[in-house]
Amino acid sequence: MQLLITIALLALGIMITRFAPFLLFPAGKPTPKYIRYLGNVLPSAMFGLLVVYCLKNVSLFAPSYGIPELIALAVVVALHLWRRQMLLSIAGGTVCYMLLVQLVF
Amino acid sequence: MKQTNKWLPAFKAAFPATIPILAGFGFLGLTFGILMSAAGFSFWYPLLMSLLIFGGSIQFVAVGLLTAAFAPAQALALALMINARHLFYGISMLDRYKGMGLKKFYLIFGLCDETFSINYTAKIPEGIDHGKFYFAVTLLNQIYWVAGSTVGGIFGGLIPFSTEGIDFVMTAMFVVIFMEQWKKEKNHIPSLLGLVLSLICLLIFSADSFIIPAMIAILLGLTLLRKPLPKEEKAEEEKGGEAK
Repeated sequence: MQLLITIALLALGIMITRFAPFLLFPAGKPTPKYIRYLGNVLPSAMFGLLVVYCLKNVSLFAPSYGIPELIALAVVVALHLWRRQMLLSIAGGTVCYMLLVQLVF
Repeated sequence: MKQTNKWLPAFKAAFPATIPILAGFGFLGLTFGILMSAAGFSFWYPLLMSLLIFGGSIQFVAVGLLTAAFAPAQALALALMINARHLFYGISMLDRYKGMGLKKFYLIFGLCDETFSINYTAKIPEGIDHGKFYFAVTLLNQIYWVAGSTVGGIFGGLIPFSTEGIDFVMTAMFVVIFMEQWKKEKNHIPSLLGLVLSLICLLIFSADSFIIPAMIAILLGLTLLRKPLPKEEKAEEEKGGEAK
């Protein structure tokens, strides 16, 4: 029972963060200009944050010094600049990373 | 009848956009299920959690919470803090999710990092209903996540090949989405701000606690950018559509 309560509370917490903006700024009423401005500029900033978030546990000062991550990131960026095919860039970088951490580092 | 006919094209258009998530969520879900089974839970628990919570990081934290002493207030506080970034996704999707009817409830329910990134940036093909496309992306992503965690919960650690490093698929996807957004925008300052301020906060705070400071820094930075001088504040408000 306590387990289920904990699960329910976790679900409640995450739903508050997802529903709050829509409840605070309902579609029927005009959204404040400041919030509209944020809605336009936040995504770019959040994509930046998500990239950093994914790499947050990379250890720069202990083996493997972030080298596999750096190489794989370079592969993703290079592939994407070259072909601009999302799936190719993502798959190429991931396979490269898997090979590096399993076979090299 | 007409309505059901339109769902299939929406799913067909949405599926390619979700392939990286299929790999990423499939694997992460599997890992989550394996962790839960290692902690002694039957597969019903990861299944239920992925259905109801549908949030990667909080579910991994939950494995520890569920095995420790009962602490309801802490659970709620943790869920709010770890997922505070979803507030910004909601603000960004206010316009896109307008007028979606009943679908909107599920769209908001399933607004995780990955679903937000795809639905915000997707180029929806001509003739596809936007609401159905968003719905298809959200539902497919959750199916991958639920399926992964259930399979992980059932089979535990019986995977025959090494999947080490496959979680990089998420990093690669966000990098590509960041680059796509970069190409689309005229003003790169928000992108740079997000990247640089998050890095600075990661260096100052620990990996587990940098998100909220980074969000505050980003919010402050973007707010300062909008109103370089307090004097102009009023003029800008009157100008109207300026910020759009």
